[in-house]
Amino acid sequence: MKLEITNLTCGYRNKIINDNISFALESGDIICLLGPNGVGKTTLFMGLLGLVDVVSGSVRVDGENIRDWSNKRLAKTIAYVPQAHTPPFAFLVLDVVIMGRNAHMGSFSKPTREDINIADETLEKLGITYLRNSIYTEISGGERQMVLIARALAQQPAFLIMDEPTANLDYGNQARVLSRIKELAASGLGIIMTSHSPDHAFLCSTKVALFLKDRSLLIGSPLEIVTEKNLQQAYGIEINIIPSRLSNGRVLQLCTPVI
Amino acid sequence: MGTHETQRDQLCTEDGKKTSVSRTGVLYAVLSVLFVVIFLYSVTLGRFSLSFPELFNMFWRKMFHLPQTWTDAAEIALFNIRLPRIVAAILVGGGLSAAGAVFQGLFKNPMVSPDLLGASTGAGFGACVAISLSFSTFGIQISAFICGISAVLLTYGIAKFVSRSSNMMFTLILTGMVISTMFSSFISMLKFVADPNNKLPAITFWLMGGLTGVNLEQVIALIIPLGVAIVPILLLRYQLNIISFGDQEAKTLGVNVRLVRMLLIVCSTLLTAGTVAIAGMVGWIGLIIPHIARLLVGPNYKHLLPLSILIGGIFMMIVDDLARGLFSIEIPLGILTSIIGGPFFIYLLFKGRRSYE
Repeated sequence: MKLEITNLTCGYRNKIINDNISFALESGDIICLLGPNGVGKTTLFMGLLGLVDVVSGSVRVDGENIRDWSNKRLAKTIAYVPQAHTPPFAFLVLDVVIMGRNAHMGSFSKPTREDINIADETLEKLGITYLRNSIYTEISGGERQMVLIARALAQQPAFLIMDEPTANLDYGNQARVLSRIKELAASGLGIIMTSHSPDHAFLCSTKVALFLKDRSLLIGSPLEIVTEKNLQQAYGIEINIIPSRLSNGRVLQLCTPVI
Repeated sequence: MGTHETQRDQLCTEDGKKTSVSRTGVLYAVLSVLFVVIFLYSVTLGRFSLSFPELFNMFWRKMFHLPQTWTDAAEIALFNIRLPRIVAAILVGGGLSAAGAVFQGLFKNPMVSPDLLGASTGAGFGACVAISLSFSTFGIQISAFICGISAVLLTYGIAKFVSRSSNMMFTLILTGMVISTMFSSFISMLKFVADPNNKLPAITFWLMGGLTGVNLEQVIALIIPLGVAIVPILLLRYQLNIISFGDQEAKTLGVNVRLVRMLLIVCSTLLTAGTVAIAGMVGWIGLIIPHIARLLVGPNYKHLLPLSILIGGIFMMIVDDLARGLFSIEIPLGILTSIIGGPFFIYLLFKGRRSYE
């Protein structure tokens, strides 16, 4: 499937945040969205999810404009993984994942045995079955992020939109989440994620979208886009990119600020 | 902490699911038995004393149209006074608890009570106006009901106008505070100008809450809005789970947040205005009962809502029994719920501290 963003201009009332943005995401792609704070990465997500006003342009799935889709239809196609947060009530992890099934349920119906099974399967797929009966507010940030990914997968979407999936995670959990994301893309999902680390773009993305300071957007392969010059333009600091070889033989670019 | 114990139980057993189901089942069973026992006890309680055997004899013979073996006074006391009053207590307790549970989820805050948007003070104002104008009891209830709903509509309308699309919930809470304060000022104004010989005591007494003199017609009139309101709430309780995670997240999970939220506010307002119309201002129930239920079964509305209703009914029957039986004169319900509710809530805060941190 193909998610096409064409000349999208969106934002809040009287304030355009994203101006004339175009790119496309296909099944199996991972687009890593980079850029400094406040250039509109989150607003772009809100635009894709129909949560802010789209002033002009369009978001299309396989050619069909999603503007008039119901929340349910949208939820079956595009799932959103927010940053891990603490809700006010102590739900069970399983209950949280079952919430992902809502789009497939009738408005007045309750989760069926099948919905529970699907929730269990996604927990198993992500290797977090041990969290099934834990309380969502009492598990660690990394675990909570995994539960939110499980909830999104329970929606059985074609595309995943992930808002800083590695934020607030320790180094090990960041790597674990990133490798899960790669596996998910390999299984056929199209993924857009934001990150504050250009390294993530090299590590797991097939495409990079880099917001520069002036809110213009560069799109292309990681090697094309994540260059010292572009990063400097985006973040306003000097950055070096160092090619290196990992112990598994993979050649990878590493970024580091020059300080 | 009930919920946390449940989870530990589950982790300790191979088949966690079954343990949790049976535990919740036991809870429902215990509370249902408690409900029946307290109901029967409440029926026997009162100035006109009726023993259990007499009571069963009466029901039995009524059911099969056997000849009467009791006095007419006993029959009137039971069917025209006591039973309507007990049923009213159950409806008021259950209704307020359900409305409270819904509001807490909707506003993502366990400290919210169902009068948040002005339903209670609006209804109180309506009743005061009706009392000042010497309406009948039924007229007072209708006036209270209509004003309670109008107050919430006013809150909702203003909040919608002010917030446009952004952060509706926050604006709703603030607008609710304003509307509530305004209506309580109107109430004070009415009390100030009311005839101190007969109107003022009537208003003051009504505001303190109570089920004195509730009759069968009033109970039937209460069942209608409560019945209409409770069904959508029960049906929408899975979506309410999701909304308690935040509006934007709920939207991305496919919930039509605006519609569901509006339906839930309308239904909770029907519950609150309906109960306030018949019982006056009875505080605390809508805040405490959902807390108790949450401690017992956790925050999932699948069980939280039915249990809140059940516990609310039980609690209100007990409080009304106390109101009737504690002293030779009846104590207003609102006073009792506050006296019991305040310390009890502090106890809950201690017990459930972990869930608020």
